[in-house]
Amino acid sequence: MGNKASAIDMPDVVLEPRTLVEGPSGPKPKKRLSRRNIMIYGTLIVICLYYLLPLYVMVVTSLKGMPEIRLGNIFAPPVEITFEPWVKAWAQACTGLNCEGLSRGFWNSVRITIPSVLASIVIASVNGYALANWRFKGADLFFTILIFGAFIPYQVMLYPIVILLREIGLYGTLWGLVIVHTIFGMPILTLLFRNYFTSLPEELFKAARVDGARFWGIYFRIMVPMSLPIFVVAMILQVTGIWNDFLFGVVYTKPEFYPMTVQLNNIVNSVQGVKEYNVNMAATLLTGLVPLIIYFVSGKLFVRGIAAGAVKG
Amino acid sequence: MATDRPLSLFRNMAAKIAAIPMILTAMVVFVGGTFWTITYSFTNSKLLPRANFVGFDQYERLWNSSRWLVSIENLMIYGICSLILSFVIGFLLAALLDQKIRYEDAFRTILLYPFALSFIVTGLVWQWILNPDFGIQFIVRSMGWESFAFDPLYNPKIVIFGVLIAGLWQGTGLIMVLMLAGLRGIDQEIWKASRVDGIPAWKTYVFIVIPMMRPVFITTLVIVASGIVRLYDLIVAQTGGGPGLASEVPAKYVYDYMFQGQNLGQGFAASTMMLLAVAVVIIPWAMLEFGGKKRG
Repeated sequence: MGNKASAIDMPDVVLEPRTLVEGPSGPKPKKRLSRRNIMIYGTLIVICLYYLLPLYVMVVTSLKGMPEIRLGNIFAPPVEITFEPWVKAWAQACTGLNCEGLSRGFWNSVRITIPSVLASIVIASVNGYALANWRFKGADLFFTILIFGAFIPYQVMLYPIVILLREIGLYGTLWGLVIVHTIFGMPILTLLFRNYFTSLPEELFKAARVDGARFWGIYFRIMVPMSLPIFVVAMILQVTGIWNDFLFGVVYTKPEFYPMTVQLNNIVNSVQGVKEYNVNMAATLLTGLVPLIIYFVSGKLFVRGIAAGAVKG
Repeated sequence: MATDRPLSLFRNMAAKIAAIPMILTAMVVFVGGTFWTITYSFTNSKLLPRANFVGFDQYERLWNSSRWLVSIENLMIYGICSLILSFVIGFLLAALLDQKIRYEDAFRTILLYPFALSFIVTGLVWQWILNPDFGIQFIVRSMGWESFAFDPLYNPKIVIFGVLIAGLWQGTGLIMVLMLAGLRGIDQEIWKASRVDGIPAWKTYVFIVIPMMRPVFITTLVIVASGIVRLYDLIVAQTGGGPGLASEVPAKYVYDYMFQGQNLGQGFAASTMMLLAVAVVIIPWAMLEFGGKKRG
């Protein structure tokens, strides 16, 4: 899983096919550098370069000074590397009257993401466990509604939730947003956990029952320890999803609690002042950094998460 | 019977308590919220929701609004192009990766990484790359082709395709992964058999493999389609709906009317239409998927 692909590693990728000429091995020698292989690798490399291009442009632009950007080519590597745009994006960039930079949005996002991820995973895992092992009458009906709810456009439920949050006095606060993330994370996570718990051998559950363990005892002593991988998958899914959210952040919080994505958009798309493209790209890259790091570190688990999220049980 | 009832209610109590958040979410937020919005879409609520029913007035106004019609048109163009292209590209990429190649993990990692990024980040990067004064247009012009014009974000006629480029870059990786999972699920014997019979690979794909992957295609279609209807962040970041109203989409219409235009009724009516659009996709799928399974 050591695929630390980034713009800087590009030369490696380009070199890869050459290492294939090492010679045949195994019983049936095949010509490795056949026309077919050149076609396949060539196409893949060109496509990969295209996919990497925006990341490369972000990095390159964020390291240039404004005079250099005005001179032209966005694809050219920086002549003079400067980290000033990064400092400015983090600490000085303005949204309206506020000039604290993206750092405030970053910390807001941290304060939103951590409790939201924890709350949604705890609730969904217990839910999934109840659905998998302690079925009660009507459980499947609620579950079906929950899953179908995942397809309802958020716009339909935006305002009713505003009313609910206002009733409990949490509208505009960080905790209100945490509740919203927990609600909208529930369908996919419950599905994920239910399917995983169902796939565990039932004998374990029955043996624990015979030994007198109850609902919570089995959950904490058997289910959780046996399901650590799925908890990691759920965490990856939620951290990236919540970090990348824009709509809920803008609807349910006040400007001082805006998450990073909302603040980023306000910085880059603000109409006042001279556009500082290098600062904008540094800010964009900073916002994308958290999910990117999670993605490149987690590798296959991330893929497993989205596949589990996508393919229904 | 009479003594049985309270007992059965309290049996399995812990599980029922554990399921309370799910039940509340499903019934209060999803079902309750949806019906609330539908009901209030028949009122003339402005700044605050008011139960003053006016029939289909809001819907009439909605379908007479040029901005809504532009939004629908944009979503249709974006949706159809995005569906076709992302399926074709996603499948081709998956087929390429399925050729027992080396470094498959590295290739897959690169093709999927945009999916980890938010639509806001995606929109802002492509806004920069498509910037006519610095980006692709400028570079092609400075290479000598002076009359070259490619400024989708400033040209109302093609702005939605500028958004499409960004959307495809972000989303095709996901489709590729799903398709790859589908391809891996196909019995290797089929490939052996078709090779023995001398059937060319592309024919095996078109006539045997793709028909076998129908369930994967349908699931992917449902996911992609319900994502397209929600298209919002990308537009906000990349174009802000502009130039003028040229890249407006329904989700943005809803947000603007609910939270900025102080015209809740319009927002509710527009979001109900979005719900209807999703229902048209979801309900046949659900009937196909779950309707037949009941007996088994």
